Amino acid sequence: MPETKSAVSLPALLARNVKRHGSSVAYREKEFGIWQSWTWSEAADEINAMAKGLINLGAKTGDCIAIAGRNRPALYWISIAAQKAGCIPVPLYQDASAEEMAYALGHCGARYVVAGDQEQVDKVAEVTGELPGLEHVIYFDGRGLRKYDHAQMTALAELQKAGRESDVDDELARREAELTADSTCVILYTSGTTSRPKGVVLSNRNVIETAKNSCEFDKLTQKEEVLAYLPMAWVGDYIFSIGQALWAGFCVNCPESQDTMQADLREIGPTYYFAPPQVFERQLTSVMIRMEDASKFKKRMFDHFMKVAKRVGPTMLDGGSVSFMDKLSYRLGKLMVYEPLKDTLGLRRIRVGYTAGEAIGPELFEFYRSLGINLKQLYGQTEATVFITQQPDGSVRPDTVGVPSPGVELKIDDSGEVFYRSPGVFVEYFKNPESTASTKAQDGWVATGDAGFIEEKTGQLRIIDRIKDVGKMADGALFAPKYVENKLKFFPDILEAVVFGAERDRCCAFINIDLTSVGNWAERNNIAYASYQELSQHPQVLDIIDGHVSEVNASIADDEMLAGCQIHRFLVLHKELDADDGEMTRTRKVRRGVIAEKFNELVTALYDDSPSIYTETEVTYEDGRKGKITATLEIRDAKVISAKAKAA
Amino acid sequence: MIEAAEKHMHQNEDLTSGYTTADGRRIGDVMMDLKSITLRFGGVVAIQDISFDIRQGEIRAIIGPNGAGKSSMLNVISGFYVPQEGEVWFRGKKRPSLKPYQVAQQGIARTFQNIALFEGMTVLDNVMTGRLNFMKSGWLAQTIWLGKASREETANRQKVEEIIDFLEIQSIRKTPVGRLPYGLKKRVELARALAAEPELLLLDEPMAGMNVEEKEDMSRFILDVNDEFGTTIALIEHDMGVVMDLSDRVVVMDYGKKIGDGTPDEVRNNEQVIAAYLGVPNE
Repeated sequence: MPETKSAVSLPALLARNVKRHGSSVAYREKEFGIWQSWTWSEAADEINAMAKGLINLGAKTGDCIAIAGRNRPALYWISIAAQKAGCIPVPLYQDASAEEMAYALGHCGARYVVAGDQEQVDKVAEVTGELPGLEHVIYFDGRGLRKYDHAQMTALAELQKAGRESDVDDELARREAELTADSTCVILYTSGTTSRPKGVVLSNRNVIETAKNSCEFDKLTQKEEVLAYLPMAWVGDYIFSIGQALWAGFCVNCPESQDTMQADLREIGPTYYFAPPQVFERQLTSVMIRMEDASKFKKRMFDHFMKVAKRVGPTMLDGGSVSFMDKLSYRLGKLMVYEPLKDTLGLRRIRVGYTAGEAIGPELFEFYRSLGINLKQLYGQTEATVFITQQPDGSVRPDTVGVPSPGVELKIDDSGEVFYRSPGVFVEYFKNPESTASTKAQDGWVATGDAGFIEEKTGQLRIIDRIKDVGKMADGALFAPKYVENKLKFFPDILEAVVFGAERDRCCAFINIDLTSVGNWAERNNIAYASYQELSQHPQVLDIIDGHVSEVNASIADDEMLAGCQIHRFLVLHKELDADDGEMTRTRKVRRGVIAEKFNELVTALYDDSPSIYTETEVTYEDGRKGKITATLEIRDAKVISAKAKAA
Repeated sequence: MIEAAEKHMHQNEDLTSGYTTADGRRIGDVMMDLKSITLRFGGVVAIQDISFDIRQGEIRAIIGPNGAGKSSMLNVISGFYVPQEGEVWFRGKKRPSLKPYQVAQQGIARTFQNIALFEGMTVLDNVMTGRLNFMKSGWLAQTIWLGKASREETANRQKVEEIIDFLEIQSIRKTPVGRLPYGLKKRVELARALAAEPELLLLDEPMAGMNVEEKEDMSRFILDVNDEFGTTIALIEHDMGVVMDLSDRVVVMDYGKKIGDGTPDEVRNNEQVIAAYLGVPNE
């Protein structure tokens, strides 16, 4: 089997692709208003020059090379080139603060940093003093860097030029030949909901096996188109845009800038697409807002056909049978509404779409599926090289996360925690044997830290919450905050929610309004407001949120196990929870502990029956400066359905 | 007044063949020399006997309280106003009075205090108008869209796209200007001025009405333009913090007269300047 033998490393896969489809397009990037493209051969040539450049610069086998910047072909290339040169690529979140960056750089002991632009260079420069191991910065976009001291800085193009002129071919060939399936492919720093980020070491075997299995699961071929717009430091992007792209040989498209993502998505029309629920939610909100402004005829047509879609769309997508008349209406709807809408959203050509990271609202999920978009859920972790479970075509549901991915074994222990074992299981946490030992057992089983159960009927996994967040209330009832928060967040008006209640007699909540949705409502109803803070405390806004909370309470009350999690009192926060203030992780997960501590007085007020509370909060602006905002927050009591009332 | 003039002369002696800024940029020879400019509107003296120069590659600010004559000064520099007295020397030649298109052809572009864009046109089209002087093909060739006209458009579009990329306005490329917020309009105006590939760029209050973040962005762009294209920049600005950070040399005007000229530090410590801005105590 020469096939498997040749594909033990990413550079080997690259060489295979050059041979197989050398002249087909491998990378595209929109620059200067035009999609520029590179074939596999051209990309391989660039990567080769980069690898030689790195060796020429003095990179040794095993050196860590950090990469920080937005998704661009050159940055994907350098991460393959790094491996080619025997080094280890360490992608970093481009919106990380200088300190966060310094931690990862210091922890992995990076000798080189590849910075996308001036912003990243500045961050590195800010912390260079703390990093004695850091030797050289390689930058891609040189704008604004002309005046910088170039003693320890090189443009990527210069590095490549020097590489092309250098005489290190033998050395490069030697290093490449040394790569095995067990060589480290990449180190990815997890976002760290609770503690310091940990560096997850993934081997070539992890990445290649996972890519192979998942490509086969969804029958991904060389003809797919993907849009690479999610952070490069996130394991998902690494697998989709490097692992699977190299395995299947499909084309990776990089948007022109972060702001143009939506327009670029439409131009490319990906066939394989991943987005976290927030992205789908934002899209839906914008569609709904635009429909509000549409003419009466269009609006009625939209409403009518969306009703049809909702009724029969998901069934048709799953291959179920519907009546002839329904089929006909759906066909008509496709012509008049669904296809044009999908085209506008850039989702028309999607064959396989995934969402993960957070629970997705059933309405939201069904909306996309009813249009005929094959959106599915997957459940994964950095430690598993993404895939643990995923939904196969034809049996997709909003409240489960699918069956075990190929090659994955699953088990649930007595406490309800989900464990898995697979070829994708990470090698170790870099320089952290204790954490490795506590997460990964000798026999390869890894704890996910999530509580869940396998549905008997379907064999699909259902996730309840983080195991450490699933707690008990004072009366011993089950407390699953995330479950409640997700229900709240399914309302477009609510951006984030944080529920408190562990070891207490009742649950209370903080709520963040969604400025887009609530702002639009305010505009339509002629409600004037000067700031987020003012809008958030508007009595009518509080009424709306009150209504949502009551609805959620009503739906929770139906569930015997969780009826105790109904929200008794809530307040709407005067500021958006923000990663810059440490209240959320970079992947937008709430940091419960930090929030409870920071807004301690607000929590106290929730529980001591005071009608309102005055508060001062420190905020950090995008440029790192700090400011203070003050507000008086009204605390509302929500309608709670007691078990007795229900029985009666 | 005499002291200030002396200081200015003293400075000019130092500067005969350019100077090096604190951040290591080399500032070249005099690009524009304004000699004893006086501008009157009827009986009103807008500018009274002002002399200063603008050097190759520098960022030169003109500041002063409201009504000091700053915008008039900028209009004299651009050639839109012709002063009654005094001479304007540009690149070693005395400049005659100009027609508007000649103003653009001399390599000077500007932005306006009150945004002057075509609101109904897209950002791209607005920036393209800045390339008008580079379009040489006739109306007939442009109508039938053959050969030269098409090639010309492509070349000009490429230049415009580079500027769009530079100013990071890709996401609004196809958006009609009328729908943009104020801060972005200002940026589009800068883009249009840059599209003319000016040697001297005049910015009339580029940061007026902006919030802190927009001001920071705009400052960054101004520095980058100067750095990347080597464009000489003369700007009027009210925000003292911005002026002091951005500019290499500052001219201070008050009631049509020049009351200070020098580096930001020199100007900051100039008593007349302090008096003009903060007032003088009654004795």
